[in-house]
Amino acid sequence: MNFDLTADQSLIRDTVKDFADQVVAPGASERDVTGEVPLDIMRQMGDLGFFGIPFPERWGGSGGDTVSYALAVEEIGRVDASLGLGFAAHVSLGCSPLYLYGTDAQRERFLVPAATGQYLAAFGLTEPGAGSDAGGTATRVEETAEGYRITGTKIFITNALHAGYIVATARQPEDQRISSYIVPAGTPGLSVRAEYQKLGMRSSETCEIHLDGVAVPRDLRLGEPGRGFRQFLEILDGGRISIGALSVGVAQASLDAALAYSQARRQFGRELAHFQAIQFKLADMAMEVELARTMVLKAAWLKDQRRDYAKEAAMAKLYASEAAMRASLEAVQIHGGYGYMRDYPVERYMRDAKLLVIGEGTSEIQRLVIARQLVPQ
Amino acid sequence: MKIAVLVKQVPDTATRIALAADGASIQTSGIKWVLNPYDEFAIEEALKLRDAHTGEVVLVSFGPDRVEETIRQGLAMGADRAIWVKEEPSGSAEMDYLGRAQVLVAALAQEAEWDLVLVGKQAVDDDAAQTGPLVAALLNWPQAMVVLGLEVDARARRLKVIRELEGATERVELPMPAVLGAQRGLNVPRYPTLPNIMKAKRKEVRQVALADLGLDAASLADDRRVVVEGYQLPPPRPEPKVLTGDPAEAAAELVQLLHREAQIL
Repeated sequence: MNFDLTADQSLIRDTVKDFADQVVAPGASERDVTGEVPLDIMRQMGDLGFFGIPFPERWGGSGGDTVSYALAVEEIGRVDASLGLGFAAHVSLGCSPLYLYGTDAQRERFLVPAATGQYLAAFGLTEPGAGSDAGGTATRVEETAEGYRITGTKIFITNALHAGYIVATARQPEDQRISSYIVPAGTPGLSVRAEYQKLGMRSSETCEIHLDGVAVPRDLRLGEPGRGFRQFLEILDGGRISIGALSVGVAQASLDAALAYSQARRQFGRELAHFQAIQFKLADMAMEVELARTMVLKAAWLKDQRRDYAKEAAMAKLYASEAAMRASLEAVQIHGGYGYMRDYPVERYMRDAKLLVIGEGTSEIQRLVIARQLVPQ
Repeated sequence: MKIAVLVKQVPDTATRIALAADGASIQTSGIKWVLNPYDEFAIEEALKLRDAHTGEVVLVSFGPDRVEETIRQGLAMGADRAIWVKEEPSGSAEMDYLGRAQVLVAALAQEAEWDLVLVGKQAVDDDAAQTGPLVAALLNWPQAMVVLGLEVDARARRLKVIRELEGATERVELPMPAVLGAQRGLNVPRYPTLPNIMKAKRKEVRQVALADLGLDAASLADDRRVVVEGYQLPPPRPEPKVLTGDPAEAAAELVQLLHREAQIL
């Protein structure tokens, strides 16, 4: 056993942490109010190689590993969960399908610009009638002389408005199986809107996509036909590690804020931190942050070792997101009336945390995923 | 241009310092070590000069095993290679600023054709601001410390330097090679890009022992002229005084306190 990070992993974490504190943190509260997506910061993250962490240099990546990527998402999420979500969705959902299933020509054309931050990437899976039950996908594809024609609606798609391409899943009429396709931005018939009014994650870009007979050339089908279902299950396994990491960031931020406030605020002649009722809350938060981080890094490590990690990724996502929810609720509670006000960041953490127990598979779905690994079907 | 940047590893400024039992050193366990922040300005300036004039940036550091991490950080920012004079743990007396400067100069002397030596104008651990001037004196080169601006005329081999003084700046001109001490404001140090972090481990870090330089720690320590006799932590801050009660009375008392105790009225 060895729980130490490598020198590279430490330096990547420290670099991202410094960037998060200096560049991302200052405007995070304001962006939560305005809903502005910080595209300039995302461009800087691309320039610094954050988006390419888990991909090889050949494809515009930094040549790092999943552990480093998880540490980076945590550090960004700690100061701005919306940006952390945009980061995680771009890399895990937008870039990974190209890396895993793309041909070299597709990777050259789409992964290299995405991994270096020239544009964002999005994954169009969820539909009005198909959430985690993605088998209910109603978007359909038909073959034409030149390639494919796709028609359907995708919802809750992160980053799609500024994406250079969207990976969209669609059902083949002949055998009802699902395949995935690379849809470049600006393709006629593709329309993207980002008009959701959200409880939290307010400065992440969440979009609705309409595909109205969108023509996709033959060379933009991603992977083998009919393999879409299997592909997105694997993509979602990887995505869970990043949502787990993002959750650790939100939980850590909640703990940091609660700890600082409880040492500054005095009532009944003592600092709040000297009351056992508060200490017990802080102790539970600190324990859960530690456990969540350990589980996320274990799942990331398994992925890096090319071992099975689906069960551990679901456990990490489930535990970390619920820990973030609890920690942010307690952080608000420790702040009392002030915690309910926008002057303190903890109400934002609470609103952001709620997405974490819903997005990329609700807590209930994570339990199904874990149970499926325990009980043979 | 061939530029050396002398870098030092120092405790993170957020570290809570505790004194060791001897009272003349600090407890090093549990300290988070970082690259001296002023050295980051020196590295950034060196990288900018290299990119404008071609050449190479070589980091030079003297320190124990843990220093490697700091050297890698400088390499991740973009320096080309490093010379690391390894400091062996010793139970005996420490060398002083001059001794440490002699080590750095001996390391520089192993190679030829340096155009510039850049340092942070001081290190934030002991704030002595000795390394730059001592290295310049030992090399017999001109020096400018607390540098806020730098222009290099590579063909004429002249430097135009803006130095910060108390409430003013000074413009000086000096020939190359020279030793320059970087001040905050000279530039904005870049973040290491992640591909550069990964590439840093493939860059050359040449390890040199003191014996390779014809030096030994014991005699350098014996020759020291500055001896640290003891450190004292700053006195703890007194409890703040909180005025309560009737606002009019509290205000009157506050004025009295500002007059008598704070002596600002």
